Amino acid sequence: MNGAEALVKTLMKQGVKTTWGITGGVIIPLFDAMLAEDGGITNILTRHEQGAAHAAEGYARALGKPGVCIGTSGPGATNLVTGIMDAYMDSVPMIALGGQVATGLIGNDAFQETDMYGITMPITKHSFALRNPNEIASTVMKAFRIATEGRPGPVYIDMPADVLRKEVTAAAPTEVHIEGFQPTLAPNHRQVMRAGELVLNAERPLIIAGGGVMASGAFSELAQLAVMLNIPVATTLQGKGAFDERHPLCLGAVGMHGRKIANYAQMNADVIIAIGVRFSDRITGNLASYAENAKVIHIDVDPAEIGKNVKVELPVVGDAKLTLAALNESIVKLAKKGKSSAWNEKVAAFKKVCDKCIPVPEGKAIHPRQIIYALNSLLKEDDIVTTGVGQHQMFAMHFLYRSRPRTFISSGGSGTMGYGLPAAMGAKVALPDRRVVCIDGDGSFQMNIQELGTLKENDINVTPVIFNNSYLGMVRQWLELFYEKRYAQVNLGKSIQFAKIAEAYGLRGEVVERASELKEKLGSAMNADCTTVVDVRIEEESNIVPMLPPGGHLRQMFGTCIKGPDRWFE
Amino acid sequence: MIAVDEKKHTISVTVEDQPGVLTRIAGLFARRNFNIETITVGKSEREGISKMVITVTANERVLEQVEKQINKLIDTIKVSEMPEKTSHIAELCLVKVAVPDRKAREDILSYAGVYHAKVIGMTEKTATMCIVGSPEEIESYIKLMLPFGIKEISRTGVTAISKDW
Repeated sequence: MNGAEALVKTLMKQGVKTTWGITGGVIIPLFDAMLAEDGGITNILTRHEQGAAHAAEGYARALGKPGVCIGTSGPGATNLVTGIMDAYMDSVPMIALGGQVATGLIGNDAFQETDMYGITMPITKHSFALRNPNEIASTVMKAFRIATEGRPGPVYIDMPADVLRKEVTAAAPTEVHIEGFQPTLAPNHRQVMRAGELVLNAERPLIIAGGGVMASGAFSELAQLAVMLNIPVATTLQGKGAFDERHPLCLGAVGMHGRKIANYAQMNADVIIAIGVRFSDRITGNLASYAENAKVIHIDVDPAEIGKNVKVELPVVGDAKLTLAALNESIVKLAKKGKSSAWNEKVAAFKKVCDKCIPVPEGKAIHPRQIIYALNSLLKEDDIVTTGVGQHQMFAMHFLYRSRPRTFISSGGSGTMGYGLPAAMGAKVALPDRRVVCIDGDGSFQMNIQELGTLKENDINVTPVIFNNSYLGMVRQWLELFYEKRYAQVNLGKSIQFAKIAEAYGLRGEVVERASELKEKLGSAMNADCTTVVDVRIEEESNIVPMLPPGGHLRQMFGTCIKGPDRWFE
Repeated sequence: MIAVDEKKHTISVTVEDQPGVLTRIAGLFARRNFNIETITVGKSEREGISKMVITVTANERVLEQVEKQINKLIDTIKVSEMPEKTSHIAELCLVKVAVPDRKAREDILSYAGVYHAKVIGMTEKTATMCIVGSPEEIESYIKLMLPFGIKEISRTGVTAISKDW
């Protein structure tokens, strides 16, 4: 058995069924070994390695298991980099396998040689450089443990050509030990009891649920805590769907384009229970004035997140699921009731005002929100939505309702344009029985448009819905608001015909120019038997509001008709 | 410039002796905007395990982040702060000084006696001294050598080990 065969066998033992990648000089042995295993692992040949990496992410996020992507040495591997970085920022479990020139050539600047081990170091949870075929099995086993245990993340493995070709002479280990990797999963009992008391004594408690809730699968524990004590729940972009957004306690997303109710609740809460969030600048606005009135209980499996950005009253290091289960138990044991009813009334009243205050757009051109409203009526709970990055993404975050975990997949931390289409492809392959809709912008979509070829050739059926305003819309909005409308480098032009491009790939395309056609055309595209690209021509200069100016105080959110929101919390 | 709340801290890091581990630590400091003042790396009492000792100037909040971020690296086995009171902290420094005359030679040798510095090289015009001590001892020794004319200094950076009581 050679190194490549050992690699494939180990991947299969780890439960890998699908990989995403492109072949090339030095990694021919790997795909040759897959061929020999005949059906054990299916590699989906993407059209660009960035597509492979994002597809692996979409696959991982839909399924909750690591995605695997592959690129050859040099440019193949560097094309994976954006996706690896994206997975690192959003804590997505990923194994990235990159080819490397033969060990004897390393350092010679050989053809397609690059120091991927070095390049990936700051954007991976860990990286390995294989130098001996006997290390392959143990390395891959370690990589899977590291990618999935504790806070998930990407692991890169550098695979020189000769290591893949050489004979393996040692037996694979049954388990691996990693001395420096022992994440704390079970929370400290005393900290949990203190958290329980703090929550019970809170007058204005608020839960903020982030990607950590998703990663640990703490959905029922989160719902139990919220419902038991009647605590309102806001989520981050990555937490969207961790708590049913149609539940009366759900306030929707916090942050720059989040819901006013969610942001005002952050400002007015006296205790914030933050679960698996990292308090990015897109959530907090100005750090110095963020949640000044609140004591923060920060639950996170990664101790380095606690106290990184926001001052924390009570740190609890632990897996979100285990910690929330323990917290719920402590609250039941303390057998007291929360005292948040006056607060609940205020939150509920303001929420009602906010919901009513979002005016229904008028005018001839289609407003982005009308697409989201149409999708809200068409999407089933289990359908999966992915997004690109930009205005359309924020419209989706703010106005789309998601009720189930792992049904909203979006690039948050790194804001990678071009994420939506390959991520949709990955999600569909992970869960073929679900419908997958990709909400995208015309700019974002074009950054990985080549994956339409992969969709066609592999018969993967997703529904890209393009919010086409002929602009890099989010930057255009910033230029309008903060640069006196000096539109530099944002105009994409109107010549592109997405429906025709889809047809040229052998797929189907639809153009929507009137709001009245939205529901019907979206509905039939979502139920079509092949990928149907829906090109929706929207109002060119509509803005996503409300908006918090970058670095601003949460109170400075603008763009809805609610005047003097503070009075709702007096 | 050291801000008011910033202090010098010595951190001891036990790591797997893997290729690139030094790059990981150094890269981490660069990426997180932390400042390494000195770093020493060497073998430890265990095979395949290295000990790094790093000094940083930071406030408590940044120090906590430094320790947590280093701890997060998979190759890191243990991170501990080494407070002056409870640690032996030592550095090795080589100093090459000018020896203009016989009087200077005598002075240099007598200072060497006081500071337990070793003469490791002597020519007609120069003396090369080796001193082991705390960074403060080394600083004050260098100060004493200044008037003779320092030609070259090479310091290792500090290493540290905990005191037994």
